[in-house]
Amino acid sequence: MLKVENLTVHYGGIQALQGITLHVPHKRIISLIGANGAGKSTTLRTIMGLVKSSNGKILYDGKDITTEKTKNIVETGVVMVPEGRRVFPNLTVMENLILGAYARKDREAIERDKKRVFKLFPRLMEREWQKAGTLSGGEQQMLAVGRALMSDPKLLLMDEPSLGLAPLIVRDIFMIIREISENGVTILLVEQNAKAALEIADYGFVLETGRVTLEGTGKELLENNDVKRAYLGD
Amino acid sequence: MSIQIFFQHLANAISLGSLYALIAIGYTMVYGILRLINFAHGDIFMIGAYFTFYLVTMFLMPWGVAFIVAAGLTCMFGIAVERVAYRPLRDYPRISVMISAIGASFFIENLAIVIFGGRPKAFPVPDIFGKVIHLGTVSIVSVTFIIPIITLIFLFILLFIINKTKTGMAMRAVSTDYEAARLMAIDVNKIISITFGIGSFLAAVGGIMWGLKYPQLLPLMGLMPGLKCFIAAVVGGIGNIKGAVLGGFILGLSEIMIIAFLPSLTGYRDAFAFILLIIILLVRPSGLLGQSQMEKV
Repeated sequence: MLKVENLTVHYGGIQALQGITLHVPHKRIISLIGANGAGKSTTLRTIMGLVKSSNGKILYDGKDITTEKTKNIVETGVVMVPEGRRVFPNLTVMENLILGAYARKDREAIERDKKRVFKLFPRLMEREWQKAGTLSGGEQQMLAVGRALMSDPKLLLMDEPSLGLAPLIVRDIFMIIREISENGVTILLVEQNAKAALEIADYGFVLETGRVTLEGTGKELLENNDVKRAYLGD
Repeated sequence: MSIQIFFQHLANAISLGSLYALIAIGYTMVYGILRLINFAHGDIFMIGAYFTFYLVTMFLMPWGVAFIVAAGLTCMFGIAVERVAYRPLRDYPRISVMISAIGASFFIENLAIVIFGGRPKAFPVPDIFGKVIHLGTVSIVSVTFIIPIITLIFLFILLFIINKTKTGMAMRAVSTDYEAARLMAIDVNKIISITFGIGSFLAAVGGIMWGLKYPQLLPLMGLMPGLKCFIAAVVGGIGNIKGAVLGGFILGLSEIMIIAFLPSLTGYRDAFAFILLIIILLVRPSGLLGQSQMEKV
């Protein structure tokens, strides 16, 4: 579904990605793990067209989207939940969700998705009229995910969805990721929480200083000694 | 001072305040979205008044039509200024855009002198605006009443657009987080154009009504109102639309009241706005309704 080939990105003189190749198959959960600064976020941001690549190709459903505008990428169904949630704090929960569907025209489908999001996150419905800035961290993460679902994603990129959340809420978030995946959405997940990310993943990639150093099924990586030592704290 | 004269001053202050409010909104909206002081805003105000002058005197348009057409043309003019002077510098440091804004302001002023001529032009004021209305013993020129009414109408339309429409939501989203807005498939450049368009439209409405109140057009007529309305926006809390309206009224009221109560200070009328700015910046740097915000890291 998504193919990243030999992607290179320069960030103000630093080579943030040094030729990354990833394959994200249809309807799977793919995890991208690695230390801080390994290039995980940069990879997602480059796929979304927020960062320009200096080399390499990004193919989505066979179509080259390497130099496409973010707006068009979102409209083809590649949607991102950004790191740090980035909900619009001065807009209400409802307004945030409506903006998720900003580019969509089909009112009925939008209504249907709104209902679906509220079913997935009943808390958001209770707080429909509240300003997003007044929500707790966990609720904001739910809103960020809900807002992304309102864009009708086929491929959902999630950047550190568990960052800064309490363990119980982290568990909820991972359950929801699985549920979204079961509804037929492909997921590319970036996480520092390597254990949870690999447990949920069909396939995973390990990034180190802008390079893919290891890849394999979630299970293989969980059992790999290098991964265990570096990321699982065993 | 007799009560009649006081009410005359008050009516005058409210109409001046509403003009300031209309222009201040443009500063605050652009600042909210681009973090840029649009120094050319006062000149866009002037352009609006001149457009009306030419539409009425050269193209012999009926007044009401000229009002709308001129405001529409000014709206496009504002969008063009953003395209040419600000958009190419989008990814450069903010100081570059600010310098470009100052340049755009000088350019428009001098272009106006070349095209419109440096000599003052008499703004065509239809009779309906010049009628004297008697309310008991208070007599007031009708334009003094009409200005606040027109201002209120546009203010409500503006608030409706910003709070109730999807475009308004997108404007608010862009003003807090560009990148997250782009991830919602929002065309940020288009939203910025719309913001400039609305701000310039309101500036034109302000300029036209300014012409009705002070019917003398000059290429540099936007300079002082522009500065004052910038001050009004800062006083109210820049980036905040209600703050801009509040700031505009405070400025208009205090300016007129100073003349009313301390006629000997009339010559310092313009200085007053700057004194107010200095005081507010010292006491409440973020303005009356502004939130103190930390710079994003």
